[in-house]
Amino acid sequence: MNFGKQLKEGLITNNPVLVQVLGMCSTMAITTSIMNGLGMGVSVLIILTASNVVISAIRKIVPDKIRIAMFIVVIAGFVTCVDLLLQAFVPAIAESLGVFIPLIVVNCIILGRAESFSYKNGIAASFVDGICQGIGYTLVLLAMCFIRELLGAGTLAGFRIIPEQFPIGVLTLPVGGFLVLGCLIAAMQWALSRNKK
Amino acid sequence: MDQIYELLAITLGAILANNFIFSQFLGICPFLGVSKKVDTAVGMGMAVTFVMGLASAITWLVNTFILIPFDLGYMQTVAFILVIASLVQFIEMFLQKSMPSLYTALGVYLPLITTNCAVLGVALLNIQNNYNFISSVVYGITGGLGFLLAIVLFASIRERLVFADYPKSFEGFPIALVTAGLMALAFMGFSGLKIW
Repeated sequence: MNFGKQLKEGLITNNPVLVQVLGMCSTMAITTSIMNGLGMGVSVLIILTASNVVISAIRKIVPDKIRIAMFIVVIAGFVTCVDLLLQAFVPAIAESLGVFIPLIVVNCIILGRAESFSYKNGIAASFVDGICQGIGYTLVLLAMCFIRELLGAGTLAGFRIIPEQFPIGVLTLPVGGFLVLGCLIAAMQWALSRNKK
Repeated sequence: MDQIYELLAITLGAILANNFIFSQFLGICPFLGVSKKVDTAVGMGMAVTFVMGLASAITWLVNTFILIPFDLGYMQTVAFILVIASLVQFIEMFLQKSMPSLYTALGVYLPLITTNCAVLGVALLNIQNNYNFISSVVYGITGGLGFLLAIVLFASIRERLVFADYPKSFEGFPIALVTAGLMALAFMGFSGLKIW
């Protein structure tokens, strides 16, 4: 098993958001503050790892035709657990993420990894893959949050860094989500193409 | 009369002011994936509108008559996604038989409606906003129409992007996202729109 290679794939060469361009909705919608991004990232990381392990464990007994439905039920089960846990222990984050927690069910990253990785690989490899892809996703979320919260609201995790009259308010609005993510993906494409040369 | 005002408010909100794509970030994946040509964008938009309307109706009924009486609120996510998945499967078979040309045009994107967050999103938002049956269905359909409007406008801009001169690293998704961002900026103008 090469943990290093999978980690590099998850973080850089096959990053779920910046390279595979999956899971866009949550990436843009909730990245307005670092705490939101962290909550969302960790939730996805846990659900992705757990569902990867379960799907890889049951991959031999699931008939090919109904596999997508099976994946969705497994994922929905874990999402419900995480949703209830968040509501019980960190109600503030659950409140601000709102409808986007149940919507993790339809986050293409999780279904995508189930279909393209854990359905074909062993349990240990799927576990590692879940963690690596989850970290890749979380890091992109945090990068987006950092840019949008710092430049858009002038704060970082609630602490004021830039005086109130200077921040570019538009970055915290939906427009900012599209623009910042567009620029991040462009930067990634630039970096990857430079690497190849 | 109140009901009519409410429906009007929902309609305007779902299509313009609170457009699913530009202000709520629901359904971005198909929005970016199927918007390379106007024809397929129209087909996708209509399919989504149809599924959203039907899904709103069915999930509302499931929630009111099955989940609430039996105190199964925590099963909402699981129940809704199953309803939506089977609904999409049904529509796929229906289209395959009756409209093969539209079926081949939509191709792989039809099953993907299952994982379109706008569909599950509208079902959850209906419950969250405490809408009654009629409002839910109207919200579903108009939300879909908002999606249709957004994706068709976006596709027609993207067709012209071929002639644009932009940095090489922006090719593909980045330039599409920047375009969508500018469109979101334009749609923000509608947020002043309020009716009482």
